[in-house]
Parts: sequence; structure tokens; C-alpha cells
Amino acid sequence: MKVTDKDVSYVADLANLELTEAERGRMQTDLNSILGYIDMLNELDTSNVEPLTQISAIYAPSGAEAKSGSEQFAYALRPDVVQPSLSREDVLRNAPETDGILFKVPKVIEK
Amino acid sequence: MDINVLTIDFARDLVARKQTTATALTESFYKKIKAEDPQVGAYLTVSKERAFKQASKIDRMADAGEELPPLGGVPVAIKDVMMTRGIRTTAGSKILDEFIAPYDATAVTKMEEAGAIILGKLNCDEFAMGSSNENSGFFPVKNPRDLTRVPGGSSGGAAAAVAAGTAVCTLGSDTGGSIRQPAAFCGVVGLMPTYGRVSRYGLIAFASSLDHIGPMTKSVKDAAIVLKTIAGRDARDATSADVPVPDYVAEIGRDLKGLRIGVPAEYFGEGLDDDVRASVEKTLEMLKQAGCELAPISLPNTKYAIPTYYIVATAEASSNLARFDGVRYGCRDKEAQTLSEIYRRSRDKGFGPEVKRRIMLGTYALSSGYYDAYYLKAQKVRTLLVREFEEAFTKVDAIVTPTTPTAAFKLGEKADDPLAMYLNDIFTVTADLVGIPGISVPCGVTRENLPIGLQVLGKHFDEGTILRIAHVVEHACMPVLTTQMQKA
Repeated sequence: MKVTDKDVSYVADLANLELTEAERGRMQTDLNSILGYIDMLNELDTSNVEPLTQISAIYAPSGAEAKSGSEQFAYALRPDVVQPSLSREDVLRNAPETDGILFKVPKVIEK
Repeated sequence: MDINVLTIDFARDLVARKQTTATALTESFYKKIKAEDPQVGAYLTVSKERAFKQASKIDRMADAGEELPPLGGVPVAIKDVMMTRGIRTTAGSKILDEFIAPYDATAVTKMEEAGAIILGKLNCDEFAMGSSNENSGFFPVKNPRDLTRVPGGSSGGAAAAVAAGTAVCTLGSDTGGSIRQPAAFCGVVGLMPTYGRVSRYGLIAFASSLDHIGPMTKSVKDAAIVLKTIAGRDARDATSADVPVPDYVAEIGRDLKGLRIGVPAEYFGEGLDDDVRASVEKTLEMLKQAGCELAPISLPNTKYAIPTYYIVATAEASSNLARFDGVRYGCRDKEAQTLSEIYRRSRDKGFGPEVKRRIMLGTYALSSGYYDAYYLKAQKVRTLLVREFEEAFTKVDAIVTPTTPTAAFKLGEKADDPLAMYLNDIFTVTADLVGIPGISVPCGVTRENLPIGLQVLGKHFDEGTILRIAHVVEHACMPVLTTQMQKA
């Protein structure tokens, strides 16, 4: 077993999930089963292979492929001009709790 | 009139020639939904006010003798992962049970601008995570061809509505096969366009580098019409491509002489159902007679696609779904006292088991100490998969495979084994990872009279070729399909 009960609690904490006792046990079993299958990827030698994060890089307009890093995506940039966005009313409509101007949450800073 | 048989052109012509009105047509669909959808469960929400408003607009155009737009008066429905202003939009999740979308997805805007009437929102696996629709936070969808079976997923409602005739066509989304697999299971056409061909603006994000919106239709021609409608660069989606959109309907008229079709050995190996194999092989033979050259090819990295997908997709999902925190939208646990409790308890109550499983897997793969071993490794294997397809496409114009290893399975059959469920996507996930377009078209039925789907994969931005091939398959297989369906 690669993933221990402690790992499950740690990852749940990172993911902001609580999980019941029963859920944690089931999660441990499932994660181990899935990760066991995923280990198959280690059969491949990828030591000289670049990672692929975005497929758009493949069809970037000609010339863009010569660029590196975020410059490849220069075609996706737009002028920094103010454009219409959602109204405050629209944005707040789905919030569980607001004061009409802001989202409300319990106090987060202790005295 | 039997509204089951309506295609886009058929419906539009009826309205244009004043043989019916868009309003009357919309009423007929709502009547059918009310009477028949409870058995299938394709709809989560109907949007009558918006539908009838659009219908009267189209009727006024028809009355004035104006030419109707391509989807003028055509009743359609939208998978509930796309935003529809003023209409409940849930992504199939309890966490968004009462969410009213504040804006429209670009694809939805374009459908409506082209005259489509939006009947409502369609059931799906929660946040599009699933292959059977049993992960819906509300109720599972059933396959209209056999109500004891799953419709596939995650666009199960979108496939079932087309198969049941409760919408002329629908929009689905595909991240690992979620348009093509349910299309195959329900016996309809499902098209996943090239990554970036259709704007993702307003699509509730699952895995941003893999998410696609695409049409689910009764015919290949309808898929061509809808793709033409929704495709194109959108300033609101930086990954949408600035590539000209051809006239797909004109493309599908062209014959197939001289086209080279790759047949990858890895898609015809162990685990492929005998009936599916026989049907796809028979169709390949027919494509040869239609003038295509069949070329055996090998895609040896195929088996690595599922493990790669379940790292990349879950890692992206764990990040995308962090936004559901009970603060800005979605349900909030009433008992939570602190901000931290609000986050945890709202997510615990709102998300179903499969969504939690994927968030956990993705968070694990991105966590310190495992990032290189899982996430980075998967991204590198993704590069290998892209290279393998680029290489294959130097030799062939398109690739033909079965869409799924088997026809639709029984409800509950794989519900308790996540890995068995994941393996159902074995023939569809690679196209998502590589970003190429794919279409599933019905090519036969099993001995149990269940639909079989044939998948055509194409080069980046070459939806025209796969539509052409699918169109020929559809017309060659149609007489067989019709007779076999009628016998049942």
C-alpha cells in the first residue's frame, strides 16, 4: 500500500475536504488501486522529453514556436483596456451571504 | 407529425414554410418531455420562458418572410455544465443545486443567435466526471434504447435526449470521451472538435487543457451545421484558436476517393467485444469500397493514455474545483462556524464520491514529493502521445477505431469499481490528450440490438475530413440500422 491513512488525511486537508471515517477507508483503497495502475507510466523513459501543459502551443501562429515560455502565447494577449463585466448585483445573486456590497464570511482574524 | 424524426434542416424548413410555428414546435417538445422524459431522466431543468421568447422571435421572422438563420426554430438542449443566463445551471452537482447562471457560455450565445430554441438543461455526471451518468448528483440517466442500461457519460443526458427525440440536437462536453462514448451507447452522432476550435467561455471547468464543447446530433450533417455555428476564435477564451472555420456542410458532400485511413492494431486487441469488432471491420471494408485506402498502423503508447489522463485531468480538476468554497456561490453548510469549516463542510456536503475521489487523486499528484513522479511524468507522456499521433498523421489522413470496447453496460454494473469504469474510455481519452478532433457515428448493433459506435479521429483543425468519412459511414450503415431497429 503506497497511500497510508495518514496520507489520506494530509491530502484531504490540502484539498479542504473533511471526509468521514468510512470515506477515508474507501478513499485509501481506491487511491491505491488507481495509483497502482498509473505506475505503468514508469515503463516509459521520459528523461529527454519536454512536458506538455497546453495543446495550444502546437498551433500557435507561425513564428511563435521559435519563442519560449509565456512568449509562445503572445497571440492570446489583448490590449489592457477596460471592458464591460458582470454587474455587482449579478455577481452577488448566487452568494450564500452578502451585505449587498460584499460577500460575508465569519471573522477570520483573531484579536 | 412525429417529432422524433426531426433533423435541423427538417425542423427549420417546417417553420420557414409555415407548416408549423416555432411556438407550436416548442410546445410539442415540452409535451414529449413531460410525457416521456421521467423514464429517461435526461432533463434537469426546463427553460420555458426563454424558449417561448425565442420561438416568438423566430415566428415573427417567418411571418415577415425573412430567411431563417441556420438553426431558426430548432429546439435544442444544453448539457448542464454550460452557463445559461437566468437559468439554473448545476453541473450535475448538489453544490450548485440552486445556482442561477449570471451569463451565457459563448457556445450557447452562438446557438441562440443562429435561431436555436433552448428547451432546457441536461443531466450529466457531476462536473462531467464519469462514464455512465450514475455520478449525477440528482438521478441517473437511462439509455433510451434499453432502460436497464447506462447512456454513457458524462454527456449522458445530452446523448439520451437526442436518442429519445426530446431535443433535435444538443451540446455536450468532452474531456476524456464524454461526447463520443455516450453517442456510441445511445446510437447518435457525437463530435468532439479540435482543442481550441470552440470557445470554452462559460463551460464550468473540469480540466482546462482537455475540456471541449461539441454537438450531439441525429445526423452527421446536423453535427456539421452545429459545429459551423459554435466554432471560432473568442476573445473571452485565450485558448480558442484563430483558425478559419470552413463550411463543413459543403465538406461532407465530397467523396472519399484517395483518402488514407489508418487502422491502429492497439484498438482491435484483447477486450474488444466480438460484435463491436465485426461491425467496425465490416464498416472498414465498406470504406475501402468507397475508395479509401486502409493502412495498418501502430500506436504503441495507447495503453498509457488512461493513466496519463487520470493524472492530468484530476490535477487540473483539483485546482479548478477549489473555487467551490461556499463563499461566492454554491451551497454553504449552515452549521459551519469558522471560515475553514465553511470551506470543508460545504465541499463535504456538496460534492459526491467520484468528485471527491478525483480531487483527492489530483491533489496527491500535485503535492510536494509526488509532483515529479506523477504530474510531471504524465505531462511528459502526453508529449509522447502527441508525437505518436503527429507521426501517424504523416502517413494517413484519418484514423478509424471502435468508439468503445463494448456496447452500453447495465446500470450498476461498474458503479463500485472506479478503475473498471475508467477503462471504458480507453479508445476515447487519447484524442483529448492530443487535442485532435474525433467523431462517433453509429455503424451497427449488437446481437442484443444495442448501438455500436465507430470513431474517426483527424488531424488538428481537420474536422472536415472526419465529418466526410462519418457521413459516408452513416449513409452506408443507415439501411442496416433502420431494419435492425425495427425488428426489435
